[in-house]
Amino acid sequence: MIDLIAQTGLNALYAAAYLSLVAVGLVLIFGVMGIVNFAHGELFMLGAYVVVALYAGGQVPYLAVVAIGLAFVGVVGLLMEWTMFRPLRDNPLGGLVASIGFLMILQALVSMGFGVRMAHVPPFTQDVIAFSDRVRLPVQRLIVIGAAVVLLGALWLFLKRTRFGWALRASAQDREAAALQGISINQTARIAMFIGAALAGVAGALTAPLISVNPHMGHSVIVAAFIVIIVGGVGSLEGAVIAAVAYAFIHTIVTTFWDGVIADIVGLSLMLLVLIVKPTGLFGTADRA
Amino acid sequence: MRSGLALLAWIGVGVALIALPHGLSFSQQEILVFLTINVLLVASYRMLTLTGEWSLGHVVIMGVGAYASALYSKHFGVFVPAAMLLGAMTAALIAMGLSYPLFRMKGFYFLIGSFAAGEIIRLLWKRFREPFGGVKGITGIPPVPDVNLGIWDFVFFDPISYYYFVLAVVSFCLWLMWRIERSPVGLTFHAVHWQDKLAEAAGVNARAYRTLAFVIASGFAGLAGALQAHYIGAVNPTSFDIEQMVFVLTWAIVGGTATFYGPILGCIVLTVLNEIVLRGLGFEQTRPLIYGLLLILSVLFLPKGLESLVGRVLPRRATSRTRAIIGAEEKA
Repeated sequence: MIDLIAQTGLNALYAAAYLSLVAVGLVLIFGVMGIVNFAHGELFMLGAYVVVALYAGGQVPYLAVVAIGLAFVGVVGLLMEWTMFRPLRDNPLGGLVASIGFLMILQALVSMGFGVRMAHVPPFTQDVIAFSDRVRLPVQRLIVIGAAVVLLGALWLFLKRTRFGWALRASAQDREAAALQGISINQTARIAMFIGAALAGVAGALTAPLISVNPHMGHSVIVAAFIVIIVGGVGSLEGAVIAAVAYAFIHTIVTTFWDGVIADIVGLSLMLLVLIVKPTGLFGTADRA
Repeated sequence: MRSGLALLAWIGVGVALIALPHGLSFSQQEILVFLTINVLLVASYRMLTLTGEWSLGHVVIMGVGAYASALYSKHFGVFVPAAMLLGAMTAALIAMGLSYPLFRMKGFYFLIGSFAAGEIIRLLWKRFREPFGGVKGITGIPPVPDVNLGIWDFVFFDPISYYYFVLAVVSFCLWLMWRIERSPVGLTFHAVHWQDKLAEAAGVNARAYRTLAFVIASGFAGLAGALQAHYIGAVNPTSFDIEQMVFVLTWAIVGGTATFYGPILGCIVLTVLNEIVLRGLGFEQTRPLIYGLLLILSVLFLPKGLESLVGRVLPRRATSRTRAIIGAEEKA
């Protein structure tokens, strides 16, 4: 029993790691631009396919591929900002629909390039850290956890310690007041979009060898990310991380002891409960509806 | 004189709609049946958006109507048209229940909350084999019994017959929705959307009216679901997932929601484009790509929807009241 709980805990930690990377990006984009990026799950998918294209095919080292995935998906994010979200800044519903259109385009492009079937990604390492016979942590998963901690830590430093980070947080709080202080809204939007997309991309690239990679894999990721940002409080990065950890633990435990569908129902019910009792989320303060 | 012309125009439209399926191929006739059902769905969605809230659970509510009608007719042997009405009522009742938690939220939170509520219902269908049939859903749903009216022998396996049936039901429902929107109740929906504080100050219970719009819209959506279920003969959780909801949302937004016909126009134009033009031109693989691109372009360059084009071509068609409503929306 102890073994089972320990193993479930490790599984949950891994799920929390990539989920918080996706959710934090989503929160950042929503905070700065006020747009719900429905294509965020597809950015995750795109990151995974960068690995399929470069790592499974060529001889590029894994960490280089992950870095390329980060940069490439970040640039796709810039493209989205430039073509859709900037012209639609004062039109949240329009931004949402445009991101749905973009999601369909990404899915179609990937399906055309790689086929709709599951893509095979060779594991980066087969090593396993065995705590006991039944409690094992594959090194591949440890890399995901470590990368999430490093990247989120770097993001936290960036937001709290640099002028760009202050500008970003200022425009997330009040766009007009920030603009009056001489902060370029276009620039902060670009930075937020690049970071948000890049985090989703790197999450996809890191988890690609561990999950089934297909053009529709973004769906379950975006649903989980929505639950996390609502429970954590829309606009709160710390809340998103804490909620991601909590959600991953609850979801993994329910999946282990009952089944996946029940776990999804529990997750959604929790989100609904938070929406009813405290719509600003457990850690959110401002009402941005 | 003008009303005479309008009557002639309506008769012309009616004749065209009745003649329409005879010029189409079998698969196009089937698409026509689903298109007609979807017109009811998207029109009911507009009724919901009248009070200013956008739901992501509408297709699941449609599914509630479909599942309920299927279960009533299959397990309890209820006469199919009656089961359809009961299915619609069930959808309205479920919506009534959902409205208590959901209307504590507004805007973005309502959007996400309605998604969560709908997804929970959908996952319950998926999880529970009894009575919902699990992932495979319910099959062998009884069809509408055949009737012979003398002028036409209605065999409802045939898409033309079912199209006539659906056309009659949908036309009646559209007329009802039109009457509701023009009634004092419908005007209050608009008031709750554009001036909710003022409406409340004038003694209007905004939440009650939001609930009412939600329940009425859900009833019509449930009926659309029932119409679909008894034609296909099967329902399953996948046919009511978020992808279907995205289609409804895009019909409404590409068409525009300021007028009654906007979402219907969006539904017809996008369906014809997607199912007939793109498929006919051989863009089978790239269909979602082109569809996605069109979506983005229409949001960017036609933000008021296709209906704004109609307004430009036929400015005299707008009555003073719709013009007042559109004017209010432009100011908001």
